[in-house]
Amino acid sequence: MKPTRLIIVAVGGQGNLLASKVLGEAALMADIPVRMSEIHGMAQRGGVVESAMVFGDARSTIISDGEADVLVGFEPAETLRALNKCNPQTTVITNMAALPPFTVSIGRGTYPDLKQLQDLIAAKTGRLIALDAADLARTAGNIMSVNIVLLGALCQTGILPVTAAMVREAIKTRTKAAFVDTNLKAFELGYQAAA
Amino acid sequence: MHKLLADQAGQKVLLLGNEAIARGALEAGVAFASTYPGTPSSEISLNLFQIAQETDLYFEYSTNEKVALEVAAAAANSGLRSMCMMKHVGVNVAADALMTLAYVGTRAGLVIISADDPYMFSSQNEQDNRYYGKLSGLPILEPSSVEEAKAMVPAAFELSETLGEPVILRTTTRINHSNAVVTLGALVPPRTKGHFEKDPFSYVTVPAVSRRLHARLLDNITRAEALAEESPYNFEEGGGSWGIVCNGVSYTYVADAIHDLGIEDKVRILRIGFSHPLPAERIGTFLAACEKVLVVEEGEPYLEEAVKAFAQEKGLTLPIKGKGQALFSRLYEFDPAMVRRILADYFGIDCPPPSVPDLSDVPEIPQRPPTLCAGCSHRATFYAVKKATEGLDVIHPSDIGCYTLGFLPPLSMGDFVICMGASTGSAGGFAQATDQKVVSFIGDSTFFHSGIPGLINAVFNNHDLTLIILDNRTTAMTGHQPNPGVDMQELNLDGYGQVALEPLVKAIGVQHVTTIRPYQLKKSIAAIREAVTFEGVSVVIAEEKCALYAKALRQLRGKPFQVSERCRNHRDCINDLGCPAFYLEDDRVRIDADICIGCALCAQVCPENAIVPLKSKS
Repeated sequence: MKPTRLIIVAVGGQGNLLASKVLGEAALMADIPVRMSEIHGMAQRGGVVESAMVFGDARSTIISDGEADVLVGFEPAETLRALNKCNPQTTVITNMAALPPFTVSIGRGTYPDLKQLQDLIAAKTGRLIALDAADLARTAGNIMSVNIVLLGALCQTGILPVTAAMVREAIKTRTKAAFVDTNLKAFELGYQAAA
Repeated sequence: MHKLLADQAGQKVLLLGNEAIARGALEAGVAFASTYPGTPSSEISLNLFQIAQETDLYFEYSTNEKVALEVAAAAANSGLRSMCMMKHVGVNVAADALMTLAYVGTRAGLVIISADDPYMFSSQNEQDNRYYGKLSGLPILEPSSVEEAKAMVPAAFELSETLGEPVILRTTTRINHSNAVVTLGALVPPRTKGHFEKDPFSYVTVPAVSRRLHARLLDNITRAEALAEESPYNFEEGGGSWGIVCNGVSYTYVADAIHDLGIEDKVRILRIGFSHPLPAERIGTFLAACEKVLVVEEGEPYLEEAVKAFAQEKGLTLPIKGKGQALFSRLYEFDPAMVRRILADYFGIDCPPPSVPDLSDVPEIPQRPPTLCAGCSHRATFYAVKKATEGLDVIHPSDIGCYTLGFLPPLSMGDFVICMGASTGSAGGFAQATDQKVVSFIGDSTFFHSGIPGLINAVFNNHDLTLIILDNRTTAMTGHQPNPGVDMQELNLDGYGQVALEPLVKAIGVQHVTTIRPYQLKKSIAAIREAVTFEGVSVVIAEEKCALYAKALRQLRGKPFQVSERCRNHRDCINDLGCPAFYLEDDRVRIDADICIGCALCAQVCPENAIVPLKSKS
């Protein structure tokens, strides 16, 4: 199976690692080869969390610059920061709900203009899907399910060998029982938003 | 039941590298495990700590890596299969025990995990611990994948028992923190009670004994080399006259590159997984079949130098390259595209570069540096020290932990950091060598780890310094592991002792010892001022539980604060404290009530007393 490479970037606490775990479990259930790596050195202290997932026949667990087939960004500025992982064919899915870094909050740095940010990403990649995942998560009933909303959008693109049905199954069996219903709802909202 | 205890041999599960290593230990029948936490090794320990609460496994968080290795050495020499986990720099701490333990050897299997961190994702250096194999004479195994990491743990125990000496299993961050599908093997029930057979002429390393033991170690290296020649972990792949010698994760990048470049029939790979002692014959035979060879290894030219030496012994003159300009770097970690490009370049084949977008028109994106958490008590202590020493020329040696982040503005508290415990030793040196004041910082866990001898040194040599012990009641940086100061009852764990800092420091002979509650700012400043004025060694213990840990224990009582109408926009709060709960809205300071834990530090700093508790329903 030809490898498909996915990068997920997020800010500590956004549930990036759970999202990649759900995708990984879905791949395992479907017998799709999968490897992933994560860097979360100081996640609890406000840093960036990045995971790389490689589906299909490859041995590496990390993804070089320009080699991601899909980039999912949980935060718009972090999506922009990860553009070096993309190429002109890459599909980019980004949450548009900004979480400005502390440096910006206290007036020591400028957050990128969101319109310009979208234009830049769209111009440099194959396809951009931008959505307010925070809003959809709230609609689903839990602001913490931004990660699952974005998984829904990701599955809608059909780029991964993992299907929406497999991911729904992984959500049912691998996320906390109390959150399964909101997570499934969040997944559907993300799926529809990307259509 | 802990997920790693699932007794379903043959089942496929998705595991983190560190979970796979812990599972591998259970499949080897490990009975005894010890560690000092350190990224990227920490999850191995966390899983074994949890598993020990459900099984006969004995697990301990030791005070430091040297102690961890010593307890494991004793357990293994009493007949229990033992494992000792640490990060790469932890091996430096354990090295004194390691070097002579290599002479003494072990009765039951003893596996030492050295988790190296190329690129220094969360470390102070990126040393290559394969050299510890050469230095100590002990065997080293190195996995290339998560699956192999699990398989290598039982193999390492077998090897350790075959040779009667410890075996080092060396990983890198990309093994520890990668996930892959792993097939479970059968769990092996451990032998849990040992018996020490006395044999002082093997175990008591006086010179006469050690002279014999060193000779035995050299014999063992010869035996180990014979095993390395036959080891399935040193294997060849492919055929052709271009040779690649590689290890660890580099092997996966090489395998992908050869596939991507479509040169499977041109290249032969020698993957080295048993990397000390190296299989000289096997490498020699491999080289003899090649026209030119590239060595692909992260870190130092460990394999490259050995491979070149073996070629010389065989009288082979083929080109062998690895590190160098336009080749591989000794810096940082590798990635698949880098390996593909250098490989293609070296063997003279085409390799279109990946089409990376032109990012020159992307505006500067504000950085997201890690910061001390909202309400972190270290911030309060740092601020109090700053106020208490205003106008003085002060050096602040600091140490390894969350509080290392205090070196960043606006607190700027941290001038010299090299290794665990060095804040106490280096403080004495600065005090003696300069006329500057010295106020150094160390965390509770780091103080227990290796700060105590430096403090004793300061008392004995009468250095003039103040040591601030940032006692947040846990080992916060690596994920809230226990340390000897922790009240284990709070974690519902019985059978532990507890070491109190203040009596310990007093017993060392420190004449001026105070304990402060850092959120009480005025009192803290006064106490620190007094300590700094004291001539000789003074210690201030700043005691406040880590806010994240307190939250996890459901002990956070504080209510969030808000900025009231009295605010005159001085912004001392933002400018001096830099707490991430602050934000600006229409050029006015606001506090994010979801993040604020109500430590009230900013309320004490505000010149207008404008920061007040948030009404519960506003």
